[in-house]
Amino acid sequence: MTTDHQFKRKIKIATTSLAGCFGCHMSFLDMDERLADLLKQVELDRSPLTDIKHCGPCDIGLIEGGVCNAENVQVLREFRAHCATLVAVGACAINGGVPAMRNYFNVQECLEEVYLRGSGITNPQIPNDPELPLLLDKVYPVSEVVHIDYFLPGCPPSADAFLQLLQPLLAGQKPVVSPSRLHYD
Amino acid sequence: MIAGTNTIYIDGQEIPFTPGQTVMDAALAASVYIPHLCHYPGLPPSGNCRLCMVETGGRNVAACIAQAAAGQEIRNNTPELNAARMAITQMLFVEGNHICPSCEKTGNCKLQAMAYHLGMLDQHFSQFYQHRDIDASHPDIALDRSRCILCDLCVRASRDIDRKNVFAIAGRGIDAHLIVNSASGKLADTPIAATDLAATICPVGAILIKEQGYRVPIGQRIYDRRTICETGLQEHIAQQRRDQ
Repeated sequence: MTTDHQFKRKIKIATTSLAGCFGCHMSFLDMDERLADLLKQVELDRSPLTDIKHCGPCDIGLIEGGVCNAENVQVLREFRAHCATLVAVGACAINGGVPAMRNYFNVQECLEEVYLRGSGITNPQIPNDPELPLLLDKVYPVSEVVHIDYFLPGCPPSADAFLQLLQPLLAGQKPVVSPSRLHYD
Repeated sequence: MIAGTNTIYIDGQEIPFTPGQTVMDAALAASVYIPHLCHYPGLPPSGNCRLCMVETGGRNVAACIAQAAAGQEIRNNTPELNAARMAITQMLFVEGNHICPSCEKTGNCKLQAMAYHLGMLDQHFSQFYQHRDIDASHPDIALDRSRCILCDLCVRASRDIDRKNVFAIAGRGIDAHLIVNSASGKLADTPIAATDLAATICPVGAILIKEQGYRVPIGQRIYDRRTICETGLQEHIAQQRRDQ
């Protein structure tokens, strides 16, 4: 006779960092020993934590970072195509965050300032290797590229905020961020 | 309800008022919070931000400029009004450049605190990403128009309390912007001082006092400890001056 848990499929979660700093992923790891409990119900698919390169069908996708280049668009669309529920995690995914501060200048000005005119530069040249993804004109919130189901604000969201998001989602319920957990910094 | 003399009803609660008092002032005196950003008790109201919209007599009015009238029945804390307030807050966020993690005002910012109060999870509308001028000319005060929400609190504070008339709002609609009253248009050429009310009343990070950055760590700031409903009931210019 089989036991219940053998029938219970693990929830598949994929995560990625687009134009972000991996701070949200670090905060995710801050769940510490609670991760052990989480991993009884959850299996990680594509994620910097697994190094799986492409998304399979997933229940939940967590997106850190905004959309700054062509590769970000591709990855984000892959996540949307494969994840039943997509969550924008952290300030950069939600509104572009600190990387979006380049939006007040055009791309040419940014590249010249960083690679030609900036301080301490030797052999000034703008990188043009064909493997480098092309920059978009601006850094965009992920919701401007694909539909997003839920938002988890914070820079980064705390480990408790991650749990408060994931626990209802794992139970098939709608997550609600409590006012006391709501922070944009 | 029977209309009492000098009584209004906000969400069914009986609230006394003195003739000439606004709905906002009567509410605050009775410890009833009506969300607001551009109102500061002790300064004349200007009705700019529209967050204090309440419903009375089948229409919406700004509580900070609407006079209380005997027997008036007012709806304030309703899902419809709070949804409208949320949309206004989101529009304020996308019109300016409010990148909380990079702003020194974070945790002390009323726009942010209002968004927390209303449960704002995203900004809904597309960002404008406007390029607005910074004025760092003054030795003690920085002005970053990127974060200005055009509440005109600094305009009123400088004109009515400091008596220096340093700021004004120029332009209309989307072209409205904060200007500085000096020949050069720079703060350094005005008599403004860091101790002036106009320099300290900014609800967002548009006017900041220099060399004080991060003295209070993030996580221990005003709205990390209290909600804007709590602080909003206790504000008054006289108190603000004493704290200075």
